[in-house]
Amino acid sequence: MKIDIILAGVGGQGILSIATIVGAAAIKRGMYMKQAEVHGMSQRGGDVQSHFRLSDQPIASDLIPLGKADMIISVEPMESLRYLPWLKKDGWLITNDQPFVNIPNYPDFDALKAELAKVQNCVAINADQIAKDLGSARSSNMVILGAASPYLQLPYEEIENAVRENFARKGEDIVNVNLACMKAGRELAEKK
Amino acid sequence: MSKALFLGDEAVAQAALDAGLSGVYAYPGTPSTEITEFIQNSKQGKAGEVHSIWAGNEKTAMESAIGMSYAGKRAMVCMKHVGLNVAADPFMNSSITGANGGLVVVVADDPSMHSSQDEQDSRYYAKFALIPCFEPSNQQEAYDITYYAFEMSEKFRTPVLIRLTTRLSHSRSGVERKAERPQNPLNIEKDPKQFILLPANARKHYRKLLDKQPEFENDSLNSPFNKYIDGADKSMGIIASGIAYNYLMENFEGGKCPYPVLKISQYPLPTKLIAKMIDECGKVLIAEEGYPFIEEQVRGVLNRTGNIMGRLSGELPRDGELNPNLVAKALGLPDTYGAPVPELVVPRPPALCVGCPHIDSYTALNKAMEKHGKGKVFSDIGCYTLGALPPYNAIYTTVDMGASITMAKGAADAGLSPCVAVIGDSTFTHSGMTSLLDAIYENTPITVLILDNSTTGMTGGQDSHALGVLGEICKGLGVKEDHIHRINPLKGHLEENVAIIEKELEYQGVSVIIPTRECIQTLSRRMKKQQAAKK
Repeated sequence: MKIDIILAGVGGQGILSIATIVGAAAIKRGMYMKQAEVHGMSQRGGDVQSHFRLSDQPIASDLIPLGKADMIISVEPMESLRYLPWLKKDGWLITNDQPFVNIPNYPDFDALKAELAKVQNCVAINADQIAKDLGSARSSNMVILGAASPYLQLPYEEIENAVRENFARKGEDIVNVNLACMKAGRELAEKK
Repeated sequence: MSKALFLGDEAVAQAALDAGLSGVYAYPGTPSTEITEFIQNSKQGKAGEVHSIWAGNEKTAMESAIGMSYAGKRAMVCMKHVGLNVAADPFMNSSITGANGGLVVVVADDPSMHSSQDEQDSRYYAKFALIPCFEPSNQQEAYDITYYAFEMSEKFRTPVLIRLTTRLSHSRSGVERKAERPQNPLNIEKDPKQFILLPANARKHYRKLLDKQPEFENDSLNSPFNKYIDGADKSMGIIASGIAYNYLMENFEGGKCPYPVLKISQYPLPTKLIAKMIDECGKVLIAEEGYPFIEEQVRGVLNRTGNIMGRLSGELPRDGELNPNLVAKALGLPDTYGAPVPELVVPRPPALCVGCPHIDSYTALNKAMEKHGKGKVFSDIGCYTLGALPPYNAIYTTVDMGASITMAKGAADAGLSPCVAVIGDSTFTHSGMTSLLDAIYENTPITVLILDNSTTGMTGGQDSHALGVLGEICKGLGVKEDHIHRINPLKGHLEENVAIIEKELEYQGVSVIIPTRECIQTLSRRMKKQQAAKK
């Protein structure tokens, strides 16, 4: 088994916690993992991405070749489109459809939605609203992780366990709300 | 032993701790910062068993590490590539003194300039200093190499350089650790002349360093980090160094490359292995991250046969990072590509954070400078460099740490008026103090804004040596007290701040204005910690 994922978002949106959680679940299964992150200047509100690779065989490159990613998981719609050159033909794009506008020339929202609709396999959901309704506006990244979970080829319970471990030190309430967000994202994606 | 997930930087840090490190010396700089932070947060770092407090700059860091090595203990210095320019003086001379306790210099290069002003390749520095150099290709190798580098440093009594690049520094993978080794006891250098570089001594030491060169090369030749992997198709050979080796292997299922491959992770270059490849294959493709360092040496200036290919011959781009696709193209393999980026996707450059004190400082400065025209504000390295971008468009230069003040001075010497320098608090204590002294010495008419956000912001909020002492430093250097002002960079203080800047712009001497307000990022982290502590 081998899965290559581009994680995308804007600095500070929490794409790395998605990688931490899936990575922990994969490592527990004895899989190989490589994850290239962006640190430094771009984290100041710029576009950030992470190349995240899992495999049951040793992995050579830290970077995913263009046209070879199985998935793009994004917490921001315009950022999800920036990495289409990496996505393979039948790959999946899972994204939050709520724009994060911190630049003056952000594209028209409807045009953006139309562009997302052109992607062959796309799941775009309002993760912000789901997270807010469940009482944790900051957990929209977990909603997105949930929406991506059916495609990850990892048992869902193992991802749940990794979420528990990741948030354990923040208390049971935080663990539960994050689990709920992830489940809501998963259910919505399965309906689509 | 089970594998731990480490960034390349963290693998270096853990290996140094396991190898019996006594002190790490560093100034923050992307992509090297996480090495020192990992040690600071380790059990040994927290307990104070291993020195890990930030240094004022890379030069002071390098010198402290030489001192620790002199005392017999294992020391590591970490910096980004341009930091080695700052540390170059002690670094170069450390190759002449040699090492007593293991002395390892870790330099993280930033090809493609993700967070830097150039993409210089630190392997040249190692060659320049005539010392061994390592270039790990993955996180496990970063660990193993660091562990070995201390041993090698003590065995050959030489400093050793480890060169990382951004993608390895900031990529995470599983790493298996080795047994922990205790720290060295205090054991000062036995030869009283070893660290006294008087010409008479230095000539002898330099001769000894030259004599060690064949031994260094022999170590490279037998190194487990350099590998000659034979291949059936001898129509071409491939030399791949550091992380470029991974990009090469990505192009072959299961790592089965049909061509002979020479993987290089230790220098000086093992010339015997290179000769073997040239003899067997004739044509050689060289893939390396950074400058064409190996390629230049292998082809020479003539390359009459044209059989050495790489960045110089155009098979690979001359600048920027490599990736699997670029290497595929150089190999003549089909390139891969997904869908193009839709046209509506626009760049999202980094920006000053909402609530950042620099925004208010630039607003006030821009207002005060309105009547003086453009091109008169010199700036420096830090978050505030983003003041070059719209909507501020407030600064006109950024060259190196501390250059704002001395460039303003030079422009003032040329007759430009008024000249303003904008520098951060941490950058000021890193390299701005001597610049300011130059201006004070000549009473050059410049206005210096030291943006005091109480931290080293761009690299993630490390402690700054300037904390609470900036006014005292400026006074001590000789700035007249009535021309030192602390101002509060907040909207409500705008008019008052503009008035102070305008007044000092008129002054025909050195004035220092210190807009003081905590970085919004460190403030919010501090608040979160306080809240958590209350619970």
